[in-house]
Amino acid sequence: MKKTVIQFENFSFKYRSQAKPTLNDINLTIYEGEKVLIVGPSGSGKSTLGHCLNGLVPFSYKGEISGSLEIMGEETRNLDIFALSKNIGTVLQDPDGQFIGLTVAEDIAFALENDCIPQKQMVDTVTEVSRMVDMENFLDSSLHRLSGGQKQRVSLAGVMVDKVDILLFDEPLANLDPATGRHAIELIDRIQKETETTVVIIEHRLEDVLHCHVDRIIVIDEGRIVSDQTPDELLASNVLENCYIREPLYLKAAKYAGCEVTAEMKPSHMSSFAINGCKEKLVSWFEKTAPPEKKAETPPILELCDVSFGYHPDHLTIQGISFSINKGEMVSIVGKNGAGKSTLSKLICGFEKLSSGRILYSGQDITKDTIKERSLRIGMVLQNPNQMISKHMIYDEVALGLIIRGVPEHEVKERVERTLKICGLYPFRNWPISALSFGQKKRVTIASILALEAEVIILDEPTAGQDFRHYTEMMEFLCELNRQGITVIMITHDMHLMLEYTPRTIVIAGGKKIDDDSAVNVLTDSEIINQANLKETSLFELALRAEISEPREFVERFIAFDREVRQKWL
Amino acid sequence: MAVEMLSYIDRQSPVHRLTGGTKLLCLLFWSSAAMMTYDTRILIFLVLASVWIFAISKIKLKEIAFVLIFIMLFLLINSIAIYIFSPQEGVEIYGTSHVLFELGGRYNVTLEELFYLFNVNMKYFAVIPAAILFIVTTNPSEFAASLNRIGISYRISYSVALALRYIPDIQRDFRNIALAQQARGIDLSRKEKLAKRIKNAGSIIVPLILSSLDKIEIISNAMELRAFGKNNKRTWYRARPFQKIDYVTLTLFVIMLLITIFITFHDGNRFYNPFV
Repeated sequence: MKKTVIQFENFSFKYRSQAKPTLNDINLTIYEGEKVLIVGPSGSGKSTLGHCLNGLVPFSYKGEISGSLEIMGEETRNLDIFALSKNIGTVLQDPDGQFIGLTVAEDIAFALENDCIPQKQMVDTVTEVSRMVDMENFLDSSLHRLSGGQKQRVSLAGVMVDKVDILLFDEPLANLDPATGRHAIELIDRIQKETETTVVIIEHRLEDVLHCHVDRIIVIDEGRIVSDQTPDELLASNVLENCYIREPLYLKAAKYAGCEVTAEMKPSHMSSFAINGCKEKLVSWFEKTAPPEKKAETPPILELCDVSFGYHPDHLTIQGISFSINKGEMVSIVGKNGAGKSTLSKLICGFEKLSSGRILYSGQDITKDTIKERSLRIGMVLQNPNQMISKHMIYDEVALGLIIRGVPEHEVKERVERTLKICGLYPFRNWPISALSFGQKKRVTIASILALEAEVIILDEPTAGQDFRHYTEMMEFLCELNRQGITVIMITHDMHLMLEYTPRTIVIAGGKKIDDDSAVNVLTDSEIINQANLKETSLFELALRAEISEPREFVERFIAFDREVRQKWL
Repeated sequence: MAVEMLSYIDRQSPVHRLTGGTKLLCLLFWSSAAMMTYDTRILIFLVLASVWIFAISKIKLKEIAFVLIFIMLFLLINSIAIYIFSPQEGVEIYGTSHVLFELGGRYNVTLEELFYLFNVNMKYFAVIPAAILFIVTTNPSEFAASLNRIGISYRISYSVALALRYIPDIQRDFRNIALAQQARGIDLSRKEKLAKRIKNAGSIIVPLILSSLDKIEIISNAMELRAFGKNNKRTWYRARPFQKIDYVTLTLFVIMLLITIFITFHDGNRFYNPFV
């Protein structure tokens, strides 16, 4: 019998500000050396569960606890957050936000400093731990100069200095591009094996976490544990579908094809998944599923001609990029962090001035137009809605741009109401914005851009931080706008998003355009995948293994079919 | 990002080599000297010395130009305000009145008043570059260690250091928010009337504050999870022991302060009077 490290018994928790408990009657035991994944939709209580483990509940977020939670055999309510932090090291979601020190070494040393460790010993420990995460050559680097993956390594090192028994990862894959995410999962796996710590991962990107072995998956929905099984057992069941958690795509495809998936087929990993029994079903599903309709060609609305730009004259961030986007298209711009995607969108909106090149809008040269002039045609939605919202009420926020432009009052009212209807916010028009969820706030910011009657909108990571269901809602909403004639450009590193919603993808690497093709072709081209830190879709591998004659076509048909199915959620 | 004001600038210079604690103490001595005295000779010496220290710090003027210009603007407004509210201050202090040209009654421009205003501005000129220099040459984390060293609680020291560290972040956010709001037609440029510009600034400040509050929550959780505040003391990874150069510098500054006090107060009058 293995030693118990975490034990929840009839545990419930209610935040002080909320009427209903967020966690209900949790019974969960985690043993030493286990690797456990906790999944659940937004608002299911999975983050709260994490907070209970590391002590933020109840020490920072107050509320009522009933039942018991023992960590390393000690009842947590008798401990304090500092004692807990000696047992549990937490790597928070957003690596940028949790950095405290200025350089890598200082940040790693932070916990040691608080423990009054002498300087000499501190330097030794920092060097040792940084070696474990391969960051020993970056000790004096500024944290802001690091790549997303490196930042995560530093956060991990920062909690490993305490020699903790349990490592808790709160959505470690958010904000990482697909390839970096895969490295992060491999790193967690390696560290767990080397140090024999217990690992708890909270994440909704299930397929990505399953890249490495996981012992158990706990599914939480509406504050209760709905499933506690091995990955193979879980994937063979229909628990995930009922909780709106995205199943691995290859598995979904097999299920659509009518294959009976059992735990014995080892569905938790594409390479172990025994599909011999259902090859025929996959092939026949492929043959009988209709290919997606192709859209008719439209005239170009936005053209970039040989655009270059640099913050410093001798270093160009964007080097000679040209492309043309047609009216009514839905396009994604992808590439790894720092490739120049955001800079490109700033150039299109006029936030920065081109060093050379031209930008055309409906054939007209707008290179010299000001931000304000361009904003009548092209709208920009930032990733974080809190960075755009300045009014208290939804109506006022959406009306703001119009009022400032001096549009007459009755017309403002009419335009705002029309926009709110399009965005599905009309029933909330008199609500305070603070009462809205993250996704709804994002809609408000989109509405405030649409009210200005922009024909092209650029969105930076429109679905970041949203679960599968909210993701689907947001994207279907954008598709609806798109059907009404709005051209949508999205900057993203979510591969599902590009595959499922953008027929066309522009790939940027090192400030240059390296590809401009259908999303399916991009995600099956290993050359491009490597350069842009993407990941091959598992659907393609499934199609190859099922010996389907046209694997790319298989991917496209699956995507179209799957979207059809998900329409029913809305 | 293109604009980053008042953040740490890493260079190799004697000023950078001093520990944060030394620099902080020196800044305190320096500003006490400048604030205490109205002796023009000392003020001129302080201004010249601060220019010299600036030169050896290898910080380029253009790196802090924006802040300097901003402060100069305030100094100008300050001087005008002093003149409006007490145009005869100089005459009272120096006891003579040399009228340069007449504006009627109280508002006659006197040499004494101009000399007084000159002294007031010199005081600022002596302190401000030194203060800016302190900020841009002190590594924020070392800054916390140095505040802690001179006896301030590490909790306060660290908050101050964090605040300094977030200056560039907030500037970056500010810029992004401002641009996004401009794209909605909220104009902050000179094309708009001043009153409206001030009103429009609100639509940038509100989101800036809200998104900063989010950040504060995250960082304070992160700090707590790593045992910040557990003990009454803490050690510092970046702490540097005092070296010869620190002792020498401190001694020089103390001597400077003593001389200033002596010259300023030995005749019982804080003002240097060239008119008698």
